[in-house]
Amino acid sequence: MSETDKPQPDDKPTDQPSSVKQDEAPASGPDATDVHVAEDASAAREERSRSVLHEIVSGDALAGVLAVFLAVFVGSVMIAATDQGVRDTLSYITARPSDFFSAVWNAVSGAYSAMFRGAVYNNLVTDPAQQWRPLTETLKFAGPLILGGLGVGLAFRAAMFNIGGRGQMLLAGGAAAWIGFRFDLPMIIHLPLAIAVGMLFGALWGGLAGLLKARTGAHEVIVTIMLNYVAYYFVFWALTKEWLLATPGSVNPKSPPMKDTAILPKVLGDRFNLHLGFVIALVAVAVVWWLLNRSTLGYRIRAVGENPRAARASGINVGRTYTVVMMLGGALLGLAGVNQVLGTVTSGVSVDIDAGIGFDAITVALLGRSRPLGILAAGILFGAFKAGGFTMQASENISVDLVLVVQSLIVLFLAAPPLVRAIFRLPAQEAK
Amino acid sequence: MSTTTDHPTPDTGGLAPDPAVAPTRKAGTRKVPTILAVVTLLLGLRLLTTSRSGDTTFRLAVDSDFAKLPDAVLPSSATAWIMLVVCLALTAEAVRRMLARSHQPLWLPIVFALAWMLGFLSWEAAGSRISIVSLLAGAIALAIPLVFGALGGVLGERAGVVNIAIDGQLLFGAFAASITASLTGSPWAGLVAATVAGALIALVLGLFAITYFVDQVIVGVVLNVLVVGLTNFLFRQVLTPNAESLNSPERMRALPIPLLGDIPLIGPIFFRQPALVYVLYVIVALVAWSLYRTRWGLRVRAVGEHPKAADTVGIKVNRTRYRTILLAGAIAGLGGAYYSLVSVSGFNREMTGGAGYIALAAVIFGKWDPIRATLAALLFGFAQNLAGVLSSIGAQIPPQLLLSLPYVITIFAVAGLVGRSRPPAADGVPYRQQ
Repeated sequence: MSETDKPQPDDKPTDQPSSVKQDEAPASGPDATDVHVAEDASAAREERSRSVLHEIVSGDALAGVLAVFLAVFVGSVMIAATDQGVRDTLSYITARPSDFFSAVWNAVSGAYSAMFRGAVYNNLVTDPAQQWRPLTETLKFAGPLILGGLGVGLAFRAAMFNIGGRGQMLLAGGAAAWIGFRFDLPMIIHLPLAIAVGMLFGALWGGLAGLLKARTGAHEVIVTIMLNYVAYYFVFWALTKEWLLATPGSVNPKSPPMKDTAILPKVLGDRFNLHLGFVIALVAVAVVWWLLNRSTLGYRIRAVGENPRAARASGINVGRTYTVVMMLGGALLGLAGVNQVLGTVTSGVSVDIDAGIGFDAITVALLGRSRPLGILAAGILFGAFKAGGFTMQASENISVDLVLVVQSLIVLFLAAPPLVRAIFRLPAQEAK
Repeated sequence: MSTTTDHPTPDTGGLAPDPAVAPTRKAGTRKVPTILAVVTLLLGLRLLTTSRSGDTTFRLAVDSDFAKLPDAVLPSSATAWIMLVVCLALTAEAVRRMLARSHQPLWLPIVFALAWMLGFLSWEAAGSRISIVSLLAGAIALAIPLVFGALGGVLGERAGVVNIAIDGQLLFGAFAASITASLTGSPWAGLVAATVAGALIALVLGLFAITYFVDQVIVGVVLNVLVVGLTNFLFRQVLTPNAESLNSPERMRALPIPLLGDIPLIGPIFFRQPALVYVLYVIVALVAWSLYRTRWGLRVRAVGEHPKAADTVGIKVNRTRYRTILLAGAIAGLGGAYYSLVSVSGFNREMTGGAGYIALAAVIFGKWDPIRATLAALLFGFAQNLAGVLSSIGAQIPPQLLLSLPYVITIFAVAGLVGRSRPPAADGVPYRQQ
């Protein structure tokens, strides 16, 4: 968690006054007026000189850890409240309270240890390879979350909100699948071609929202939400047409399985499900880090994100930057969709191929504070939640949807550090 | 740029067009003729590229009617071609008025829409029967929760709080209504619980968006995910094992209004509905009236357009916003009860199916106005129902095309291609008292 929650200074020693402000509250968005930015900048300079101890007590690092702690606590309460054993002992709690507390402990610890077994290390099997298999499952789930988080996070850096992950993933997945099952090509051509076409469709779908914002001012939140549904119904329709995605002779809305030459190869041999998608995600993290921190385009993106008017005044084409950012974000989310279709679920594309990743990506980007390395860590954490959640459901009979609750609570608490401070009675950040 | 600091800056958080890129283009007078021409062209292409024969039967009555209207049997292809000519004539009239720079009357698009729909339906339903009553009544049934959600959205956004969490409010309302109605045995208690549940989501939204200045879009999106997770979790852990006692509410039956319900055509569509729908009629009228005609409405709109000015004249901005979104959440939650008490009896996983997002589209397409948003929700409900009806009579129109129509129309609307939708100026911008 340390690298996601610490208020990291920008990697370049930049003197943009409001970059620190974004560190403080990226989730709240740049909502202040210019005067606020100036005030925050001076406040931020003072903040830097503050003692390390005070920084730890009132800074974002502690708030982040406490946010995770609070969310897990609420999750525990939900587990305990819905557990049959706990409810049975509740009827005689005044007579034997110890029964009640041990029932609560059993329910909660059982759930979380099942999660750990499913996400990191399984101590119930003896084969060492099988013991660490859960970790590879975590990484497998983390791949598309990281890619999607990068796509959403990149747009956040330009102060844009890409809620269109679902549509971009669906369309990209559909396009990649079409290449993946329709053609017979050698793998060296087939796989890259399918990936590239998928990314292209994601980029077009994302770029459409950026272009509409640039040309007409239409807000990207509304456009991307609507485009999600348009893409959904488009893929749904394509799944009924045999020249597009439908399986001949089948009424199921599902495409034929991918050809072997278009499937992302397994990284650790056939015993593990971990495929090349995670490696692609790692590469994408490096590329996006370079793009944001070392390239001219990244500088433009951040400048537009800090203050579009100032960026325009200094000669940056704001509209074009919006379009390019949304295309890049769409391409990354498209890659997440490709990762699903060609890696995780190769039996054919259907309308639920996105598996909720389009929305999970938003929480990953928020938890990772829109920074590539933060998104990497957040993606792995949520991948672990996902892998562990399925084990928890299977072995403890606790619904995997609990993960969704914990995940969204983490983001809610993270988004409002003052709330977490108030709950734990920590000194307010403004206190000098 | 410091001169702009006393103004809400919608480009940084709100949903208004970004002034850094938005062109200051005047909404043209070419709007109506352009739309009519395009839509006429679509019908013309459809008629030219396909062929139909036989008659189309339009059923205008249901069996329980007091005074039955006879069925209307029309020759399919002749009717469609005549209606195409009518559409062409109306388009020509609109063009003439545009060139003469005169006013485009409201009857023109309405007559056009009726003629177009008659032509389209008689073409697509050639050789089969279409019940007009069930087509429209089904549209109303699909639109009811959308109207509730859209009204909640309009109220919140007019006060300056973007509510993406409409879907969460609908879903939580459905959940609470089902449990409460099952436990108490009274659907009315379920309705009350639904309003409380919707308001509860609104309270959380307000806590984060108003008190802690968190980006409202983010809070809305995360709240939707939270409610989906919470209700799915409780459905599996609690409701499914105890379905008899917790998830089997009494369904609200249709309650025909004596005289009005006997009017042919209109009666079965509007006045043979469950009580919740009559409640909706009252709410629509109340919201539309009070938003524009009462002191409360003026304050709500002031807070949403220019909170600083409102604060200057003594309106408590954040208190007004809290009250408004609580009311809005209660209305949206009530809409959720329609799913679990009227449509079917009992709650199910994600039973709203993303209807909150269509309601959001209706808010935008309805230009943040209660009546227009209601009409937009009805239109979207009609598109949904038409998709089902057409595919059930075996028409060649892909239902997915009609189902995606609300979203496409909304994109056109925000992009200004079909008349610009402009949100309240301070929509989505938290207010910090200086």
